[in-house]
Amino acid sequence: MYDFAYQKPSSLADAVKALSADPDAKALAGGMTLIPVLKQRLNKPSLLVDLAKLGLVGITVSGNTVTIAGMTTHGAVAADAGLKSKIPSLSEMASFIGDEAVRHRGTIGGSLANNDPAADYPAAVLALDATIKTDRRSIKGDDFFQGMFTTTLEQGELITAVEFPAPEKGAYEKFRNPASRYAIVGVYVAKTAGGVRVAVTGAGQGGVFRHTAMEQALSANFSPDAIANITTPVDGLNSDIHASAEYRAHLVGVMAKRAVARAY
Amino acid sequence: MPQVALTVNGKQHTVEVEGRTLLVELLREKLGLTGTHVGCDTSQCGACVVHVDGVSAKSCTMLALQADGTNVLTIEGLAAADGTLHPMQEMFREHHALQCGFCTPGMVMSAVDLVNSHPQGLTEKQIREGLEGNLCRCTGYHNIVKAIAAAWPLMHQKAAAE
Repeated sequence: MYDFAYQKPSSLADAVKALSADPDAKALAGGMTLIPVLKQRLNKPSLLVDLAKLGLVGITVSGNTVTIAGMTTHGAVAADAGLKSKIPSLSEMASFIGDEAVRHRGTIGGSLANNDPAADYPAAVLALDATIKTDRRSIKGDDFFQGMFTTTLEQGELITAVEFPAPEKGAYEKFRNPASRYAIVGVYVAKTAGGVRVAVTGAGQGGVFRHTAMEQALSANFSPDAIANITTPVDGLNSDIHASAEYRAHLVGVMAKRAVARAY
Repeated sequence: MPQVALTVNGKQHTVEVEGRTLLVELLREKLGLTGTHVGCDTSQCGACVVHVDGVSAKSCTMLALQADGTNVLTIEGLAAADGTLHPMQEMFREHHALQCGFCTPGMVMSAVDLVNSHPQGLTEKQIREGLEGNLCRCTGYHNIVKAIAAAWPLMHQKAAAE
């Protein structure tokens, strides 16, 4: 690891200021992705700004909306009773991210800001039509993700919370890599007031995407049969040592059908 | 150089570190606590698991500076001062839950957290899922699972479940 300066500010304004002043500064949330990246020398920040002391932790339920603060860990998301009663599929999803020790430190804001093409949270944000709150604005999930490891966040802009409207029902099905526990393919299906939303992670070269053909079919008929004959184009899907693009395309269909069958 | 002030196994330490110093490096190289191992160094194997403020964390994927002000427990801090083994260590011995022993410190620390966080009971499935972040290349896990199941009643002072 290259060395870097380190700050742990105690106010959001100070954190934003430190990050905005230096284009080579990076925010440190749980570090579950950033620290491995730094170890591989894939990134050389001048300064890490640790967000741990900003008080961005906690989950609140208000009516039909669940708000999760940006530095809330996956373990805390998985364990929260209020979330479990409103959006059980989201709390279940969090319970399968990484492993127990990783879930104690990894955060929702860190995962979303990083936008790993195989991460779970991007699928949840797209499928549930969530809104990302930052220190300066609100961003709809549909506008937030801009391709692999890329988002609309500006330098120094920090995710303070994510607002999830509760769907009628939903489920996330993940075919995971047994070593890294990242999704080889993950599909989140949600039946919302505005129609059915299907988000696919792990498969696309450009990161998470919505499967509009499946959404249309499921909006007309919410059953696994409705999407049995919908194929996923292989173009633009990832191919690596874990799975070919063809295999991933097939898995998208299988995971989607399972998610529809299990939606709750 | 920046300083980290933290409690490790009940003792206060103030240590000078670099920004990039990992918690596991602080423990092993600065404090000489070499019971915590570095296996894969990619946060997959779990040999480096310690408790930070009471919950398991992979110390190879945490900066020493992130641990400032925390309370860290390592494998060295588990047994009683007179050397009496922690019930989890005792059950690992009883059930022969190790062969080469390299993964054992991390296994034991993860297992203690798992039992602590499940006061209502712990099924075999929950134990196996709870150990997903700890790799063992020798035992096939079976005796580790048995040891953890046997430690649960001892740690919660309850009769063993059938």
